[in-house]
Amino acid sequence: MADEVILLDTDFSIFGMRVRVALAEKGIEYEYREEDLANKSPLLLEMNPVHKKIPVLIHNKKPICESLIIVQYIDEVWKDKSPLLPSDPYQRAQSRFWADFIDKKMYMPGRKILWTPKGEEKEAGKKEFIESLKLLEGVLGEKPYFGGEDFGYVDVALITFYSWFYAYETIGEFSIEQHCPKLMEWAKRCMERESVSKSLADPHKICDTVLMLRKKHGVE
Amino acid sequence: MAEVKLFGCWYSRFSWRVEMALKLKGVEYEFIDEDLSNKSPLLLKYNPIHKKVPVLLHNGKPIAESSVIIEYIDETWEGPSILPQDPYERAMARFWVKFIDEKCGVAMWKAFSSPGEEGEKAIEEAAQLLKYLEEEIKGKKFFGGENIGLVDISANFIGYWFGIIQKIVGLELLTKEKYPNLCEWIDGYINHSFIKDNLPPKDKMTEAFKAYARPGY
Repeated sequence: MADEVILLDTDFSIFGMRVRVALAEKGIEYEYREEDLANKSPLLLEMNPVHKKIPVLIHNKKPICESLIIVQYIDEVWKDKSPLLPSDPYQRAQSRFWADFIDKKMYMPGRKILWTPKGEEKEAGKKEFIESLKLLEGVLGEKPYFGGEDFGYVDVALITFYSWFYAYETIGEFSIEQHCPKLMEWAKRCMERESVSKSLADPHKICDTVLMLRKKHGVE
Repeated sequence: MAEVKLFGCWYSRFSWRVEMALKLKGVEYEFIDEDLSNKSPLLLKYNPIHKKVPVLLHNGKPIAESSVIIEYIDETWEGPSILPQDPYERAMARFWVKFIDEKCGVAMWKAFSSPGEEGEKAIEEAAQLLKYLEEEIKGKKFFGGENIGLVDISANFIGYWFGIIQKIVGLELLTKEKYPNLCEWIDGYINHSFIKDNLPPKDKMTEAFKAYARPGY
């Protein structure tokens, strides 16, 4: 029986992109459905009644929600190809720790950069964002990927933020390259993988959309 | 020298979970009780990122974040499984733990500790969020099914902590009338042969949590 895999997502979502990258790494065929968040589909509301958010993976009619939970699920079900989590339990714990860190310490500071007017809150967001990136750069060290020799779970968790870097830099008025050159090298290395380059949204389109929305909502 | 050490705090809901996981697996460990207002240099050394309990030290290697630690324990030691075996069931267990920690538990804590409007809003929010758990536990003895599992262990805040702390501030949020299924689960939980001997004493908990209660209660 063929697997039926559907992904409810939106083009620019940092979280949705993680699932796309994971599915591509595993070579899984799936149906992509773009959601209009201002007008959520009955299917989305049925499949994620608790949070009503994307991404949602629907595998043989059963929904899985929360991007990192979905990525782990994909890794466990399609375990024979391109493992994302390491096999050693201690390394796995470290991977889970850093993916959790990325979720906690990058998304909200990033939002502050993009959506708050000039001032203290925006600057605080910038500071925390850069500090988090620097910390992650230290964790990467000299390795080609966070997963070591192979692209893995933490790489998936972080690389999708790269598509938003241009927006953060433009609106935050800073250069990520300047603060974290090694991390930028890592990002470009990841972008050479088809699973990543085909899954990430266009940074310029993202930035244009953010600028348009800022104008619309009068954020200076 | 103990091979397994746990930096925790006797009243921390997060470090209790890790202790339960270790006990379920029959792992011997040394418990280092931290004074959260005066954290030890060792704790800060082993968890420089978050500077929080719990931190597990296994053969000198530290692991932080309770859910990460519990999965590590489940993978490292033999004994009853904490997470389900089936990938879909595992995803659902992780989902509910995340919901409890990041949504439900947060609102419930604020309902207890935040003054004024913030506290009032949190009470309303928590009341809504608890309905999802009320629905999820329907027809089940435990969230893990016939026996306790990851979600039950991680729902300790709801299973035991909150009953004590809501009394401190005279809050009637989690009641049998409003959440009959959840309260039935609570009864089974605190009387479970494994859990009941490991719960921190009620009177000590009440004293400890008074310091965090919303002012003017």
